[in-house]
Amino acid sequence: MPHTIAEKILLAHTDKKDIKPGEFIEAKVDLALGNDITAPIAIEEFKKAGFTKVFDNKKIVLVPDHFAPAKDKASANQCKALADFAKEQKIKNYFEVGCMGIEHALLPELGLVMPGDLVIGADSHTCTYGAMGAYSCGVGSTDLARAFVDGKCWFKVPASVKFIYKGKLRKWVGGKDLILFTIGQIGVDGALYKAMEFAGPVIEKLSMDDRFAMSNMAIEAGARTGIIEADQITKKFVAKFKRKSKFYKSDADAQYEKIYEWDVSDLEPQVACPHLPSNVKPVRKLKNIKLDQVVIGSCTNGRISDLRLAAKIMKGKKVKFGVKLIVFPATQSVYLQAVKEGLAEVFVKAGGIFETPTCGPCLGGHMGILAEGEVCLATTNRNFIGRMGSPKSFVYLSNPAVAAASAVTGRITHPDEAI
Amino acid sequence: MIIKGKAHKFADDVNTDDIIAAKYLVSTDAKELGSHCMESIRPDFAGKISPGDIIVAGKNFGCGSSREHAPLAIKGCGISAVVAKSFAAIFFRNAINIGLPFLECREVDKITEQDLLEIDLSGGIIKNISKGQIYKTQAFPKFLQDIVESAGLMNWLKTKREK
Repeated sequence: MPHTIAEKILLAHTDKKDIKPGEFIEAKVDLALGNDITAPIAIEEFKKAGFTKVFDNKKIVLVPDHFAPAKDKASANQCKALADFAKEQKIKNYFEVGCMGIEHALLPELGLVMPGDLVIGADSHTCTYGAMGAYSCGVGSTDLARAFVDGKCWFKVPASVKFIYKGKLRKWVGGKDLILFTIGQIGVDGALYKAMEFAGPVIEKLSMDDRFAMSNMAIEAGARTGIIEADQITKKFVAKFKRKSKFYKSDADAQYEKIYEWDVSDLEPQVACPHLPSNVKPVRKLKNIKLDQVVIGSCTNGRISDLRLAAKIMKGKKVKFGVKLIVFPATQSVYLQAVKEGLAEVFVKAGGIFETPTCGPCLGGHMGILAEGEVCLATTNRNFIGRMGSPKSFVYLSNPAVAAASAVTGRITHPDEAI
Repeated sequence: MIIKGKAHKFADDVNTDDIIAAKYLVSTDAKELGSHCMESIRPDFAGKISPGDIIVAGKNFGCGSSREHAPLAIKGCGISAVVAKSFAAIFFRNAINIGLPFLECREVDKITEQDLLEIDLSGGIIKNISKGQIYKTQAFPKFLQDIVESAGLMNWLKTKREK
């Protein structure tokens, strides 16, 4: 039977001869991930059920990144629960503050995920690794607890939906704009329980960082994963890692539930307006949206190319008086690179702050919470009611160039206006 | 299993930040989480629940984050089941894995706030006692029913490993 990439990876991790969309299967995972919010429940469930030893301590990754560095006593206890469990089970891939980064930037950076892998993570943005030609999806804490026991997880095989992007991207338009545009077209449940597959000449030229930004937000359309065929760009990205990988291609006659095809040559930078990631408009359509805060970072757009893009616009300029600019690199190595290249200096001289890697501001955890009535433009992934703080605050989502330009003008702005 | 309670209606795309805001994710206690359930979008919600009550929502219920605290909070505030047009994938599996009863029902628009409902989970039948209507829903496939009948994934796993 012909298969898509998603089906091929799932099939390769079962003992079945064949699988088809809609079928429930049990598969062996290559990696199981948890963080300081989700892993404490998993550890509790694992112990409550009477289990004492994880199936393979090399296939478990624990990253305290959400409320870390700990924001209060309760979150410190949650982070400590991970540290204690890692010590007890001899889990090497536990990343303490100092080597910690935002999980979905950190894992690919360290070569913990490779093309062809099957990865589950108790975090919805685990779908990010689809950018590397892996099948990765978000699961719950109990799923993680179960994976601790036998390295397996249950899956409903998703039908695949293909998205083909043609044409040539304009200046200031990247992966974030492509995914926001896509979600705007199909809605927050437009790919509910599907595997999205991003393809076409535009994707073939897209950098890894832009691909990560796209796959990261597949969940925002309801998808299980957002896969991009691993190619020469992927090969270059993983070349320094020793682990084996498998580059899958969808068969020419593979079945897709739907195929979308767009020419994106005229696409402008996109902005998702409150309070859904699907409420998307081209940036120039937004007139005079005044901002109190601009946030650049996260597992969507906290990688080095994102910071370079923002700094290019920000260099020699000042953040508009009254606007708080918060920049948070996704990992320690991105942080260091940004310091070396002088990007951190650009942000600080402009009047912004340069934070440690953490998920904090994105989910209204800490280090940049919004007050009642405040308006924020963020390069993050969600703008639900109260996502970044007060239920009476407003969050817009964009790419890093739009965010940097808007920090300078104090309102949502096309990058051309600020440069 | 028969569940009986009043309907609390919600719109489409209720996300897990709505169900339980991130600032409360420093606890794993269902009761504590439950006291803040739906706080951002309906501040008085948790205080209005009588044991047995049912959440009735539109499409894509539970979209957003993977936090299992969301179905835990729903359970913790006294809600006995969720009926929605469709469920987001991670919420769906979390509800199965922790044994929160839920049904997918295309006819939720016929249900109004405070309608008295009676749900026969194994038969997938929803009786609207207030309106004298019956809605039939799709029963779960056998694989999922086995997990639900074991009262959650970890018990299912233990039973499987003992065999």
